[in-house]
Order: sequence, then C-alpha cells, then structure tokens
Amino acid sequence: MAKFMGIDVGSTTVKVCVLSETYEILYTSYERHFARVKECVLDQLSVVEGKFGGGDFRVCITGSAGLGLAERSGVPFVQEVQAAFTAIRKYYPDADAAVELGGEDAKIIFITGGTEQRMNGSCAGGTGAFIDQMATLLNISVPEMDELSLKAEKVYPIASRCGVFAKSDIQPLLNQGARKEDISASIFRAVVDQTVAGLAQGRRIKGKVLFLGGPLYFLKGLRRAFKETLGLDDAHAVFPENAPCFMSIGAALYAENVDPMPLAEAVERIKNAKNSDDIVTGEPLFKDRAEYDAFVARHKASDLAFEDIKTYRGDAYLGIDSGSTTTKLVLITPDCKLLYEHYQSNNGQPLDIVLERLREIYALAQGRIRIAGAATTGYGEDLIKAAIKADFGIVETVAHFKAALHFDPKVDFIIDIGGQDIKCFKIKNGAIDNIMLNEACSSGCGSFIQTFAKAMGMEIDEFSKLGLFAKHPVELGSRCTVFMNSSVKQAQKEGASVEDISAGLSSSIVKNAIYKVIRAKTPDELGSNILVQGGTFLNDAVLRSFELETGKQVVRPGIAGLMGAFGAALYAKENVGEASTVVTEAELRYFTYTSKSHVCKGCTSHCNVNVIGFSDGRKFISGNKCERGAGLKPHSDELDIYAYKYARLLDCRTGPQGKKRRGRVGLPVALGFYEQLPLWAGFFEACGFEVVFSEKSSRQLYFKGQHTVASDTVCYPAKLTHGHIESLLDENVDFIFYPCESYNLDEHDSANHYNCPVVAYYPELLKANNERLTAQNFVMPYIDLNDAKTTVRALHKALKKYKLSRRLIGRGLKEGFARLGKFQEDVHEKGNEISAKAEKRGIPVVVLAGRPYHVDPEINHGIGKLLTSLGIAVLSEDSVFFKGREVLVNVLNQWTYHARLYRAAEYATEHDNVDLVQLVSFGCGIDAITTDEVRSILESRGKLYTQIKIDEINNLGVVKIRLRSMLAAIEEQKRRREKR
Amino acid sequence: MKKKKTNGRPPVDFRDDYPRFTPEMKHTHKILVPDMLPVHFGIIVDFLHKDGWDIEVLHNDSRAVIDEGLKHVHNDTCYPALCVTGQFIDALKSGKYDVEHTAVMITQSGGGCRASNYIPLIRKALKSEFPKVPVISLNFAGLEKDSGFPVGLKTLLKLAFAVFYGDTLMSLFNQCKPYELEEGASAKARQECVEMVNAAYDRGKYLSYMPIVRKMLERFSKIERSREEKVKVGIVGEIYVKYSPLGNSHLEEFLLSEGCEPVVPALMDFVMYCAVNNVNDAKLYNKKSIATPLFAVVYRYLLHVQRRIIRLTEKYGFEPLHDFEHLRRCADKVLNQGVKMGEGWLIPAEMAALAETGTDNIVCAQPFGCLPNHIAGKGTIRTLKQMYEHENIVAVDYDPSATKVNQENRIKLMLATARENLKEKQRRAEGADKK
Repeated sequence: MAKFMGIDVGSTTVKVCVLSETYEILYTSYERHFARVKECVLDQLSVVEGKFGGGDFRVCITGSAGLGLAERSGVPFVQEVQAAFTAIRKYYPDADAAVELGGEDAKIIFITGGTEQRMNGSCAGGTGAFIDQMATLLNISVPEMDELSLKAEKVYPIASRCGVFAKSDIQPLLNQGARKEDISASIFRAVVDQTVAGLAQGRRIKGKVLFLGGPLYFLKGLRRAFKETLGLDDAHAVFPENAPCFMSIGAALYAENVDPMPLAEAVERIKNAKNSDDIVTGEPLFKDRAEYDAFVARHKASDLAFEDIKTYRGDAYLGIDSGSTTTKLVLITPDCKLLYEHYQSNNGQPLDIVLERLREIYALAQGRIRIAGAATTGYGEDLIKAAIKADFGIVETVAHFKAALHFDPKVDFIIDIGGQDIKCFKIKNGAIDNIMLNEACSSGCGSFIQTFAKAMGMEIDEFSKLGLFAKHPVELGSRCTVFMNSSVKQAQKEGASVEDISAGLSSSIVKNAIYKVIRAKTPDELGSNILVQGGTFLNDAVLRSFELETGKQVVRPGIAGLMGAFGAALYAKENVGEASTVVTEAELRYFTYTSKSHVCKGCTSHCNVNVIGFSDGRKFISGNKCERGAGLKPHSDELDIYAYKYARLLDCRTGPQGKKRRGRVGLPVALGFYEQLPLWAGFFEACGFEVVFSEKSSRQLYFKGQHTVASDTVCYPAKLTHGHIESLLDENVDFIFYPCESYNLDEHDSANHYNCPVVAYYPELLKANNERLTAQNFVMPYIDLNDAKTTVRALHKALKKYKLSRRLIGRGLKEGFARLGKFQEDVHEKGNEISAKAEKRGIPVVVLAGRPYHVDPEINHGIGKLLTSLGIAVLSEDSVFFKGREVLVNVLNQWTYHARLYRAAEYATEHDNVDLVQLVSFGCGIDAITTDEVRSILESRGKLYTQIKIDEINNLGVVKIRLRSMLAAIEEQKRRREKR
Repeated sequence: MKKKKTNGRPPVDFRDDYPRFTPEMKHTHKILVPDMLPVHFGIIVDFLHKDGWDIEVLHNDSRAVIDEGLKHVHNDTCYPALCVTGQFIDALKSGKYDVEHTAVMITQSGGGCRASNYIPLIRKALKSEFPKVPVISLNFAGLEKDSGFPVGLKTLLKLAFAVFYGDTLMSLFNQCKPYELEEGASAKARQECVEMVNAAYDRGKYLSYMPIVRKMLERFSKIERSREEKVKVGIVGEIYVKYSPLGNSHLEEFLLSEGCEPVVPALMDFVMYCAVNNVNDAKLYNKKSIATPLFAVVYRYLLHVQRRIIRLTEKYGFEPLHDFEHLRRCADKVLNQGVKMGEGWLIPAEMAALAETGTDNIVCAQPFGCLPNHIAGKGTIRTLKQMYEHENIVAVDYDPSATKVNQENRIKLMLATARENLKEKQRRAEGADKK
C-alpha cells in the first residue's frame, strides 16, 4: 500500500509530511520558501525520496500558495482549513475549537456547537507576517521579541486591525522610549485581539482549544497572550507538538481519498507545472544599461556641495529630523555647503543616536566650528529639542518646504516618501497650499519594501536593484500593504520572478502615492515642477517608476533622505537670534537620561505617560493628551465646544416624573444617541422610567463588546456600540431602548434626511449578534420622528408591557423634544460665546466638523483638546451650520448630518479667522462622498481643506503634525494677504 | 416638528455645470450601458434599439477598467461605482465611440445608501476628460429630471417583462448547465430563447408572458441532463457584485468550473423590493406620496405575474424563482423589513429562502466596506445559522485590490464544507433507503 504525503504550501513556508499506511507520522519538515515555491517543494520532495525511496504515494497539496501549484500540476488539492479539520478529528476528537495562525492567514475552526470554519477577510491583516514586520520595526529577531515579551511589565493598547495601524501605534512608543519588553508583549496581545475580534465575530472561543501553525508553536509570548485573553488553563489550551506541520498532516490524511502515484511522477508533474500567464505585467523600468546611466547622470546634477568638517573653521547650523523610523542630521555652513550628514535607522531610541552623532561632530570639529543655531523637526521634534536645547522646533512639512525651495525656487509640488509615511504638498504663490499625508490605511511606504526584502532573505539595496532591469514587472495594485501582500502571493503563485516582484513593488508604492494619497486624476494635476524626496526615492527603481507613471522628469536632490534635517538647518540659519542655546561640548560630555513610563491618573483618558529625565535635572514628558499628564494645571477648555457638548449631552436627566415608577431603561450612549440622548431621556423620564446611560466609552469598553462585532470593517463608533450594550446589560436594566431610524430629523436643507445605514439599523445587528439580547430586554421600534402619529403608535406597541397611554407617550415626546431643543440651543449659544471670545482675543477658530458621535473623546481621541492646546478655539459643525447659507452641491444631498457639513463649510468660507477640519471615521462609506464635496466648497473660496481620519488608533502624533502644518500654512496665507 | 433653519439668504450654488441629456439626443447620441446582467440587458437593449435608441452594453473588462476607476473615483467609494466608472472611461478612451455624440446611462434608486450618488460621481469623473458626455439617470423616483431617461408606461412594461424573461432564462440556464450531457446545449437553448423573446417584442407580443415562458420551459426541458447531485450554491448580496461578472470576478463561471450549480435569485426581487419599501414606509412612518398607491398596484400586478410564472415553472419540474410574499415572510424571521437601504432585508430574505429550498451554501457578495451589508449581510449570518442547521455562508468582499486567490480560497473553504454536507446527506439518504 502507498504511503500518504501532505504538502502544505503557505505564504512563507513549505511543510511536508509523510504518513505510513497506518497513519503513523514518519516524517515532517518545515522550511521557509522565500517566494521560490516550486523549487522549495521540489527540494523537499527529493529529501523525501532520499528517505523513503521512490515508491507509490497518495499525495495531496494544501495551503494558500499551494492552490495554483496543485491546479497546474494536477496533484490533488484540499483547502487548508479542511485539511486542519481532518487532522483535528483524527488526533483531537474532543477539541472544541482550533485557532491557526499562519504566515498571512488566521483561521478559527469551531468544532462543537455547530461546526464552523472561518478565515480572515481581506482587511484582517497578516499574523505571522505581521509579527515579522513588527520585529523588523523593533530591529530584533522574532525569537528575541518572544523572549523580551515574557519580561513585560505592562501592555500598551495597540490597534489590532492590521500591521499598518499597529505600526503607527508602536512607532511613537519607541520614539518615546517605551521598553521593548512591553512593546513586544503588546504586539502579541494585538495579534490575539485581532483574532478574537476579526474572526470570532460574535462567537466565544471556549472549551478545549487547539493552537496550530508556526507562530503559535514557536512563540511562547503569543501563546501566553492567547491563554490569558481567552481565559484558558493548561488543560484547555492545547499546543500540539506538530503544530507547525499540522495542515500538511491533515493533507496527508485527506490523501487517503486520492489515487496513489509513484513519487517520481509527482515530482515530474510539479516540475513541469507551467507558470500561468494570468498575472498582468508592465513595461521594464529601463530599456537597457545606457538608458539607466543617462538617468543616473541627470539626477547627479542636483547634489549639494561638500565642505570638509575636518578643516572648516567658522559658524555652522545644525538640523535634526527625528523621523518615525530614521534619524537624520545635517550640519551646514552659512553658504549651505554640507559639513556633516547622517542617516540611520532608529533601532529604538533616536535620542541615543542624536547624542552620539553630536559628540562625533564636536570631536571632528575640534573647537574650530561654532554651532550657531540648531532646529529639530519630525516625530521626535519635541524630545530632541528638549534634550539638546535646540533653538527651534519646526513642523516637518515646513522643514521640507524650506529645503525644497533651496533646490528649486519654482517648485510647485513636493512629494516625500519615507519609511512610514507619504507626504505631499502643493505649493501655490510660494506657500504651502495643500498638504496630503497618507492615512493609516494607505501606508505602502518604504518600510514595506524593506520588510519584504527581508522576507526574501535579502538586503533592501540588493532587492530593489534587482527590479531595475526586470523584464516583466508585475502589476501589484495600489492599496495597503496587506493587500499588496496577497497580490505578491498571487504573483508568486503564478510564478513571477523576484526581479519582477521587486520592480512591481516599486511601482506600487508610486501608484499608491499618486492615486491613493494625492488622488490625482491625471499626472498633470501634480504640477509642473515636481521635487521628490525622502529615503525611499534614493531607490532608483522607485524614482524611475515615479517618472514613468507621471511622464515627467523630476528633481531628486542627492540628499533626498535628509531634506527634513536640511530644511531645519536652513530654518535655524535664517531665524537664529543672538546666541544658540544648543548644548555645548562640555555639557554633552556628562549628559545622560533615564526613561520611565506610567499611566496618568489625571482623568479618564488614562494616557500612558513617558517621563524622560535628563542628567541636568530637566524632564521631558510625552504620551500625555493634556497638561495634567505633564504635571501641569490643565488648560481651560472654555474654548473647546467638544468638551462642553459632551458634558452637556450627558447632563440631560432630571429623574423620573410622576408617581408611578415603571422600571429602569438603558440608553446606550452610541451612534445616533450622541444627539438624541436628551430626547429619549426626556421621553422616558416623563413616562416615569429611571434612565440609565451606558458607561463612558473607553478602550476597555470596546474590548468588552469586541466578541460580538460582526463586521470587522465597520467604523469604530459602531464597534464601540457593542461595549455600550454590554455595559447596560451588566447594569441589569429592565430593558435597553434603541430605535431604528431610517430617517433622521428633517432639517429642511437637504433633498432627503436619511441616517447612514449603520446609524439607522445598527440595533438589528446588535440583536442578531449578542446572545444576551432578547425581545424582552432589547426594544428597537422602527421610528420616523418626523411623524408624530406613527411614532406614538410604534412606541405604544413597543412598550406595551408598561401599559403607557398614548397621551402619556405624546406628553413624553413633547418633553423629549423640548430637552433636545434646549440642548441644541445651549450648544448654539456656547458656539456664539466661543466665537465671540475668539474674536475678542484674536484667536483663530477651527470648525472641527464631523458627526454628533465624534463628540466622544474615545472616538475623537481628544483632538479638540489638542487644538485648544495649540491656541485655537474649537467649534463643531452643529454649532455653526445654521449660520451658513444653504448650499447646493454636486452630489445627492440626502443625509441630515452630512448636510450640516456642507453648510458648516460654507460658514467657514465666509469668515477670515475660521477654518474647517473634517473628522472622518475610518470605514465611513458616506464620507468618501462628503469629503470631496466639502473640499471643493472650501477650495472654491480659497480655504485650506484638512481631513483627519480617525480609528481606534490612540496616537495623536500624526494628527498633531497635520494640524500644525495646517496652522503654519494658514499663518503663511494670512501673512501674504496682509502684504498685499 | 422642526422649523427650517435658514437665515433669509438664498442658497449658494457650489454645483459644477454638466451636460444634460436632451430629448433630441435620442437621434444623435449613442448610449453606453455598463455590463451587469448579460441576458437581461441583452433583451432590453434589443427592444430599445427597435424603439429608436442607439444603445450598447459594454463588455470591456480588462484590468485597465479597474485602473481607470481607481484613478477617477475616490478609492473609498464602493467597488461598483469604481467598476462602472472605469468601464465607461475605458470605453470612451478606446476610440471606438464618437465622444461628441455619446452618452452613458446608469440606474439610480434614491435610497439612503451612497449608491444613490453614482450619477454625480460619474459626472465628476467624466468632467476632466469627456466634458461633453452626458450622464443619463434611469430611475423611477423622479430624480435628475433634467437628465433622465424618458420612461413611459409602455417602456416600463417592456422593461418589467424583460426582467421576468431574463430572470427565467438565467435560472433555467443555471439549472441545466452543470448537468448538460452535451457540452453547450444549455447555452444554445438560452440563445434560441433570447431570439424568441426578441421576436415577441418585435411583434409587440411581449405581454404574452405565459406562452413565452412556456416555450422557454419546453426548450430547456429538451436538454439532456445527468441525474448526478451537485452542490448548489446561492449568490446573494449587493445588486451589482451579485450579478456583474466584472464586479464579482466571474463568480458564476468559477462556481460552474468547481462543479457546482449556481443559484442566482431574480432581479425582479430587487424591483419588487423597491416597490414594497415604498409601501412599507407608508405603513411604518405614514410617509405617503401620490405614488404610494401606484406602487402598491404595481407590486400587486408584478406579484400576480410572478406567481403564474412560478406555477408554470413547477409544472415542468424546474425549481421556480421565489414567491416575493414568501421572501417577505422569510425576512420577517430574521430582521425587520424597515431595513431598506441598499439591498437591506432582501439579502437575509434570499438567504433564508434559499436555505428553505435546499440551497444552504451561499456566497454573500459585497463590495468592501458596503454600509448596508454590515447589517443585512454579515450582521445576519449568525441568526441564519441558528435558524438553519446546515446554513453554510461565506461573505466575500470585492475590492479593486482584493485578489482572486484570496476570494477563491474563501469560497473553496465554503465549498469544502458544502461537499461534506452533501456527502453526509447522501449517506443518510442511502441509510434511509436500506431501512
């Protein structure tokens, strides 16, 4: 009889298993394939041949990258979850569920209580690959990361949806000097959260749980995180010995159903499997060597002149760009010659790098050079500025613009692609006119190539050079890294070469920038004098792809990677006064620092505050959202309508009226309730109910309801609702009231007055996915508040149990509307008050325009506070829109909340000191339409448009840069206006 | 209950100007229509041609279509908008059409979903490169009055019956194709039936639906089919990706190639769903308009026709389309019919109805991040699984960059379970036979 063989070709590894005729495991192997799928499989088959001789085998292939191979070789295929299922039933018949993490897939199999198999969706991000990526970011190996995680003292909240999100949470932690131990543990926790939230979707993982796949086998920290989160003891968390090869064993078992064939035949079939031509390929980057040489020569022209630091005598200016992944330093002479440059990956603490380099500079200068001015910029601007006592800290966008002007005074478009972010500025009339930063989801930036090169077992330089002369670059699409990962997977499946993939990645990054971040319709829209910069453009393949895609020749300075630092140095040179405050050589000699972190207990935000103590006794505090965390008295929020609104909203109860107590009703403070809370509180209190609000939003609250989230791509405000429901259930209210409202209140300034589908029908989803909700404890009538008759009827029916008379309901509604009206009136009044104060004090005003639910500090992450701390008065869309004129827009204006946005924008255009920032929740489909419209209203009247996309991400670093850039641009505009 | 908050000043107009579709253009312009339902659209285009319209259904579906879409539409907008826009622009760029005398047409529902905004989105996309191409709205809600497609009662009837015929053909074809013994027999039958329907329209006999449907049934009955039991897979979801091969990466073909029988619910369901929503709104919120009684009449008439077709289909031993009243009752078991944005309650209704007619394997196709589908699609799966023991649903997101590998892999997972369930069922049936 023939032996059984299972081959599992995953996204990063190949696993082979041989079983005897009696299902005994004879052999297993686990190898990384570095995208050379076919070769790797063949290598392993020859090992098998060596061990067991030729003979007949029943062979079955499984795995995400195995599908294509199986199809083209004619070797039978079994879907990988099915394979796992087969093996589980054989070896662990008493298991209740299994969790499998692979290179890029995550799967859950529920066995008992209704068999169900789930795989991650397209937005769920990688897992194994995600961990690799994070290890790269921390500059340690995965096993090291595992070791470190076991020594963790605390866990930071890290966005768990996809790698890109997590990165933007981790990077600032690193920059703030958080311990790697803690970060490592936090990363594992994020993976667990991701699996629980993204896959379990309303089903609890309980009972005896199997953990399968490579990462779960090799990483103790990850195992621990799973056990802790799921609350499993050793008896219920099973980690099989052969976990990494489990699928291949399953495939081998499954092979029982297929016909045997001689091993040689299987090898032959796989060897001869054709590469399909399904993949789309593009033109080569360069026709030939000569074209490449000409290209290189052209770009050499924009290099800076050098001056020898070892002989130069005189003044010099220091610029430091402490970026998210790299630290850049330059030292220039007054005539802008380059004395010293440095570019280095952060590897954790950027401050160490800066100190070390500064010492080196002083050593090289040997007292000949006086640092006459220093400026810092970038993510770490504040920290570095404080540490070395630099003269200035400037927004990075301003720094980049300064530097660009030096190379091309006519520049009208700057694009900077760095390791973590893409920044684009349009320049009009010599000022930054428009800033575009990549949103959290489109960061297919430089570090992606780096991670990918590593996955291929190569250095980044080597990897990207391969692409230069690729014959058929692969078309990989232009979206987030996760999508690109699966595009690459597909290309590999189809047999694309490493060269073609490398070239394809370069062009993807460029397309991502042009079509996703800038959203240019045609390359001409960018401008006629384009300057490209950022470390990623030092990569010739990316530069070439950019020129090919835009059809334009662009300027790339030789110091493309150092432009931020160069701009900072220029800024210091132009603006420094008497003497520079920067640390002297002597001060530097004994300079040390310590880093500590704690949770601030100043308010409910519970910020993770990081305290860096310098040896001269000064302190630098970061991570805090307000002054409290820094040990200062909080600044007043009298100019922040968001703070007012939130407090005012929750303050709408007066206690049950009438003699008869009818019960306790719970109102979730979520989605539509952020506006209608006073209405329903008023209604129920007038009807004699005690009204209970759900607890205030927080990340903890989100986690509480996470297991009932049905759709992982819905917006964060909707996801939070699940937690609010749980909190009310825990309060033991008699019932939760949450109406479905297709129609919002008609404010008569739009063609229709819909709610968005999520706001309108979320109760249906809650009811369907939370097993604790029943028809008795969850009352969700369909209501159109614009029609009194049907509303009364619907409420009467829904609250039948409480025997409310129609008259009482009518009275209740009247009370409710009165409270809602009062609330809105108060908000309007507060708006007027803030406007008046701002005008009196000459403070600029920002209309932070979103939806009612953006008032929740857990949703807006304290952006209102941030703005007031930057010296700006904050209004909301609902406090001003009625002052703006009605507008007619291109799109169908049919949602109540969105109509307000348009009018608020119109209002902003009519006031010099008012600007508008639009808050958009990630995943909001309707805002894909409103944002363009709001932008065109603002821009048609010469206002800047700024959009801030928010999600669960808690870090305001990027937001702050964005807002500061906007303020700088507004300042600049104002200055120009005044000049004229 | 609230007063209008104006401040006495006239509204500000931020609209861009756009080319209108004027009645004279009927004679000067070619109208392009996106590819969505090949059979249905074929019948419709044929009779519109004869009514004097120069109209063409687009079939371009290369990667360039998606790329054009990505370039011209906000990337966070739903995938159908991207596909449709991309298809228009790719076609207009192909040089095959005189862009001075070409218009594009798309349907518009006017619901609370962002799909109602496709028209402005397409206008915006065309503006820079094809400023003279008008965008025509085909709607029954009185939107875009200055650029709508004129639909008289006669055209309306013709359209309605084209949908009935298209649905019947689509369903019969799917029921025969996987089992045909002679390769291509089903396609041939479909082709002949399409010609027969076109001829009926020629003679003005399009209202004689009973004889027409009977002829179809007779024609398809003649196809020799194997009796082998195959896995049946229902396709539900957002209207465009559910039907359009461009939108769903040729899902029907893929299922056929996997040896399954695709079960695609009727387009008429969506039409009736729209009509019923108007009636429901009147009932729920007293939102009556002059059109409401009309909608009720139209609905009753369509239901009458549908039921007669169903009875006829049953006589010939084919699985009929769903009775719409039955669908509504199915919906009630899962969620309220008040969920009316996008495809709303129709999605769970179809999933339940499919399960009740033996198709419990389902692909729920939706554009990535589709808002109504969060609730009516993914949100209802748990409830449905509790209701039907073998319900086996996979929700697939379609997106410009979601790869076929990923989608197919997920569908294959669903199919693996489906095959297992089928085997189990057969085993049980055998066991019962032995007893």
